[in-house]
Amino acid sequence: MSQIPGILKGLKVTFRTMIKTLFPGGIKNPVPRPSEGALTVQYPHEKEAPPTRARGVIALHEGNCTACMLCARECPDWCIYIEGHKELAPPRRAGGQPRKVNALDRFDIDYSLCMFCGICVEVCPFDALFWTPEYEFSELRLADLLHDKERLSEWMHTVPDYEEYEAGSEQKQRKVPR
Amino acid sequence: MISVLALDPAWWQQTFLIKVPIGLLAVLLPAGTIVYLYLFKAVSFMQSRLGPMEAGPYGSMQLLAEVGKWLQKEDIFPTKADKFVFAAAPFVVLMSTFLLVVIIPAGPDAMFVNLDAGIYFAMAVSSVSVIGILMAGWASANKYSLLGGIRAAGQLIAYELPLILAVVGVVIQAGTMNMQGIVLAQAEGEILGWGGIGNPFILTQFIGFFIFMVAVQAELTQAPFDMPVAESELVTGYLTEYSGIRFLLFFIGEFASAGVFSAIAAVLFFGGWYIPGIDPANDIFNVIGPLILAGKMMVIAFLIFWFRFTFPRFREDQLQRLAWKFLIPLSLANIALTGVLKVVV
Repeated sequence: MSQIPGILKGLKVTFRTMIKTLFPGGIKNPVPRPSEGALTVQYPHEKEAPPTRARGVIALHEGNCTACMLCARECPDWCIYIEGHKELAPPRRAGGQPRKVNALDRFDIDYSLCMFCGICVEVCPFDALFWTPEYEFSELRLADLLHDKERLSEWMHTVPDYEEYEAGSEQKQRKVPR
Repeated sequence: MISVLALDPAWWQQTFLIKVPIGLLAVLLPAGTIVYLYLFKAVSFMQSRLGPMEAGPYGSMQLLAEVGKWLQKEDIFPTKADKFVFAAAPFVVLMSTFLLVVIIPAGPDAMFVNLDAGIYFAMAVSSVSVIGILMAGWASANKYSLLGGIRAAGQLIAYELPLILAVVGVVIQAGTMNMQGIVLAQAEGEILGWGGIGNPFILTQFIGFFIFMVAVQAELTQAPFDMPVAESELVTGYLTEYSGIRFLLFFIGEFASAGVFSAIAAVLFFGGWYIPGIDPANDIFNVIGPLILAGKMMVIAFLIFWFRFTFPRFREDQLQRLAWKFLIPLSLANIALTGVLKVVV
């Protein structure tokens, strides 16, 4: 007998949710519009904007990468493949020695192995890897999930800017290289 | 109806050209409507989502897509299964549903057979589905199926009693077991001398209605009484080994029975095909009666599914305790009270 108020309360909850979903206009405008009342989104037709810091896919800013291999070594799945070679760049000042720089030949992330842990993004000392909230990069063939450095660079324009720090923060505001 | 059209079909024509198609329609149409409106849509709205939206306008053709999918699936028999019993079980369950439809009156003449003990027949054939479920559980040669089948048998037998005892109150008040008689008793009844809306038995037999609906919920093995198909512990109980068309038959049986039991509840407690304002002897009830009955049926079916979608599953002992220690004493008290009032008033 003591369970009866709880039972009625449960019935009230489901019934009220149903009415709210079916008639989002409430009692003043009782027109059934379930697609507005529902909390869900009909995905292929309409898309929900992911939060800016969502972990969708990893973008590469090629100019910042020095082929230091830190990301490839820290990757728990070993899904980053890097090849590079040394190049001589013109000296910074006239009369100086030519600089030695690392040029990137290959930078691949195999998203069929990647588990989106984000360690490569954390570990990158030169701000070359970024999370982007884009999540639609499925492929029909498994091999197509291997993104090369051109493909990874294409994601760069979807990287959102860093959020502003709190007012009075000592930290310097970071910027996404464009 | 047939005489109006000035036809005189032979008995086999009546059976195969009129009664069988109408019977199929009377089982499948409510089942399909209930599945779409309640299983697909109402549950989705209760969870603040939309449910199927792709197949047809607002997903209304979803059920056809599902049926098409089931029909083309392989009909798998487990190696050690008792082949004949395994194959026959879904038909036994479905047969009990079709037999139930036979006695439901949808108008003064619009019914298949007018049995003197109609409601008694209904209660009797509704128990046949237990045998089908037990056959399915046993013949699958699978311990989970067997456990599910035995749980179903225990549950269905336990809730058969309050179901029948709840009906007894109505039978006492109507003074007849005939389904038409029960409808007419409500149509011609009077509330304290006022006959404006007849006397739907929900007003006097509300305890009976409550017990009936709880027992129906358990008879249909709908949540919160779905111990026999408890998927987290028994896979899906007696349905585990079924696939393709035989699973489809069980599925139709489940939801068609929900419709049929709602229709029986509408007849017993809400006046069946009768609505106030029209003389119950009027022939128009043969046309609008089925629609009125369907409307009442859908409202009652909503109660079943509303309850189903709201509550989690009972534990086995709680389920048995509810039947034996609460519903059966309550229904016996209801019968005693009805009997005393019948004599006194």
